[in-house]
Amino acid sequence: MATTHSRRNFLKVSALSGGGMLISFSLFNLPAEAKALDDMIFTPNAYIKITADGTIVLFAPNPEIGQGVKTSLPMIIAEELGVDWKKIKVELAALDKRMGRQTAGGSGSVRGRFTELRTVGATAREMLTTAAAQQWNVPVTECTVENGEVIHKASGKKLSYATLASAAAKLEVPEKPTLKDPKDFKLIGTRVKDVDAHHIVTGKPLFGIDTRKEGMLFAMVSRAPAYGKTLGEVNDAAALKIEGVKKVVKIKNAVAVLATSTWAAKKGRDALVIQWNANEKLENSAEHFEMFKKALEKPAPTEPTRNDGDVEAAKNGAAKVLDVTYEIPTLSHGQMEPLNFFANVKDGKVELFGPTQVPGAVRAEISKLLGIAEENISISSPRQGGGFGRKLMTDNGVEAALISAEAQCPVQVQWTREDDMQNDFYRPAEMWRYRAALSSDQLLSWHQSGIGIGRGVRGDSYVAGALTNYRAEGQGFTSNTPTGWWRAPGANTLAYVAESFMDEVCTALKKDPVAFRLELFKKAKEQTVGKINYDPEKYKSVVELVAKMSKWGTKTPGVFRGFSTWFSFGSYVAQVVDVHMLDGQPKVKKVYCAVNCGRVINLSGAENQVQGSIVDGISHAMFPKVTFVNGAVAETNFNTYKFLRMKDAPTEIDVQFVESDEAPSGLGEPALPPLAAALANAIFAATGKRLRKMPFAEQLA
Amino acid sequence: MAAINLNVNGKTVSVDVDPATPLLWVLRDHLNLVGTKFGCGIAQCGACTVHLNGSAVRSCSLPVSSVKNNAIVTIEGLSETGDHPLQQAWEELDVSQCGYCQAGQIMSAAALLKRNPKPTDQDIDNAMSGNICRCGTHVRIRKAIHSAAKTQSKN
Ligand code: FES
Ligand code: FES
Repeated sequence: MATTHSRRNFLKVSALSGGGMLISFSLFNLPAEAKALDDMIFTPNAYIKITADGTIVLFAPNPEIGQGVKTSLPMIIAEELGVDWKKIKVELAALDKRMGRQTAGGSGSVRGRFTELRTVGATAREMLTTAAAQQWNVPVTECTVENGEVIHKASGKKLSYATLASAAAKLEVPEKPTLKDPKDFKLIGTRVKDVDAHHIVTGKPLFGIDTRKEGMLFAMVSRAPAYGKTLGEVNDAAALKIEGVKKVVKIKNAVAVLATSTWAAKKGRDALVIQWNANEKLENSAEHFEMFKKALEKPAPTEPTRNDGDVEAAKNGAAKVLDVTYEIPTLSHGQMEPLNFFANVKDGKVELFGPTQVPGAVRAEISKLLGIAEENISISSPRQGGGFGRKLMTDNGVEAALISAEAQCPVQVQWTREDDMQNDFYRPAEMWRYRAALSSDQLLSWHQSGIGIGRGVRGDSYVAGALTNYRAEGQGFTSNTPTGWWRAPGANTLAYVAESFMDEVCTALKKDPVAFRLELFKKAKEQTVGKINYDPEKYKSVVELVAKMSKWGTKTPGVFRGFSTWFSFGSYVAQVVDVHMLDGQPKVKKVYCAVNCGRVINLSGAENQVQGSIVDGISHAMFPKVTFVNGAVAETNFNTYKFLRMKDAPTEIDVQFVESDEAPSGLGEPALPPLAAALANAIFAATGKRLRKMPFAEQLA
Repeated sequence: MAAINLNVNGKTVSVDVDPATPLLWVLRDHLNLVGTKFGCGIAQCGACTVHLNGSAVRSCSLPVSSVKNNAIVTIEGLSETGDHPLQQAWEELDVSQCGYCQAGQIMSAAALLKRNPKPTDQDIDNAMSGNICRCGTHVRIRKAIHSAAKTQSKN
């Protein structure tokens, strides 16, 4: 394979053996450096494969967990490349050292890669154009591209990319390819269907759970039934008698049963007799909340994350002081596809395949644990049945590798829903105390104080910067129940409490919630107190748009509205939730949502993300909670860990994006945080009941 | 283990399995029909929905021995070329996000349309509330069912 390197090593073009070209792009194309870059944010990479038979394959570099990047990332390349979207193929890329941040998290895939992927497409387009111009002996400037062909208008000549690929691969790589004028975008900003749509609706094997490989055994694992318990004596005699069970192996704090089918593995696992010893305290959610409550009654022992003016002094002479507490339960991720992973550890090499949002971290950890160099470990991920942050943890992949190493055979580890519920890294339970001093018509001070399991709560909201007196403080609570990232971490709880409390403030001041926010943004812009990390103008853009969409201020009999707005992952979202009463219970009828997320890549996918975030927002606010009872999770499956059902879903969700020429910002998460408050505020309007505790359904029962 | 004959997607097949095995795992592990998905194992999520004599059933909670010669249809057998009006509507409206729940959703919806060609929103609520979509594609699912119902009534 002949390769051409540009002087700066920016880009590598390889001639494929069958004719054609492969373009990979990297800011740092040196393997030694690239190694350290796996976890670096904003390190770009992607590739294109054009073969002589006319196939054009675009590789989507980041894991697809339902956020749509297997479609949207290649769209960016295709736009600049000038190919017919219907004719290209898309594949998920394996973990590749040249590819930068191959992570699905922080709503970062599109925002981290926009310019880089455009450059990738433009580079290939310029080289193909040059190859054609040379062949025709005409100036490059006279050539244009369309649908995978270079065209010379004057002579009417055309050549396909496939024909040009080999010649193009031999050319010098342009240092600074010209990017398209965004005005000429044809694909970006349009509605494009998910690239796997047909395979999904026809039930093709796309997911980790569908993995079937030569010689593989299915495994189920018995893990500690409660946090704080460790593995004691194991009796596997009965398990080994089950037909189909082949092996039982011990790893760390768990025992795996390997069998010829999932069912046999499960029966084997259930037949294990294991002594689990309680070596630590077995914790209870009820105690967590009691500790929270006590802690919040005292001054926070930590330094405030922000402290403007003097919130205590502001109470003097206040007409009214609000002082309320909000309570938020632990949550499990509950992604639809229970965890699984394939691993084959053999002869000093490891093959890994399965659902993860962080393939790089999985490989690094396995490399360390097994003492096998990273270059001898291959890892790639299939399409994944949801992420929600669960697979930012490496446990499922690592466990599978340890089992394969121990059992010395290829293994597909399958988790049950009960396994997922008891072995998660939970959205931590939190409690928040909010205090505000009010004059007869003004908000004088805002004091938020929170505590949560694990490293604790932090962050502030847009009131900071608009108020003379503002204080935010947070503290953590040590626990042996594990915590992790749950969609829009931090923001999902903070937005609920802050925007619900804002509604309480509006009610107390008799202010219109929309007008009052606009007043605050005006103050934050014109008389900024301290530093702000948000753009009041962008906040205003979404608040005004959603007010217009929902005809805020008009009244429909029987419809009660709530409003909320939040900024996260670079994007601004404002929502209006309409509820009506059905059999004495509030039900969401319609949701209006305005989003400012910079340029939208795939309109259909973007809308789907926003609609999904809204449904997730309603669902997590209304129904689920995890309760620890002596270290075990009481809600073991979907019969008790509840999600929204079709009957609870709004029939309409109206989404609009603020027109923007700015680079795209996050979209997989930002529409979730504001929803719970908008819903709580609507329910308050409907029932007069202020919901300061999740899940709401329990409060309404 | 026992040899069991099944009628799956119009073909008779024979498997040698523990008779207590849920149909779901027989389909997935023994017949390599992996389009039917596992989500909860206790008839709560609908990911494993298949048709038994045309009705939607949760295959995770159906012991294979109880199936007898009743006709099973899985997502792979719903249509020859993936052109069932629901499959078309699902693609047309770009319903899926992660896609994991969608085979089950489509199978539940197909059973609904068979017995009720013009479902109301209320009918859809009733028929589809046994299927969880964690990604929140409910609004599009509802639209796709209405749209498929329209296509069907034209044909
Ligand atoms: S897996 Fe059968 S209903 Fe969930
Ligand atoms: S599309 Fe992901 S669970 Fe429904």
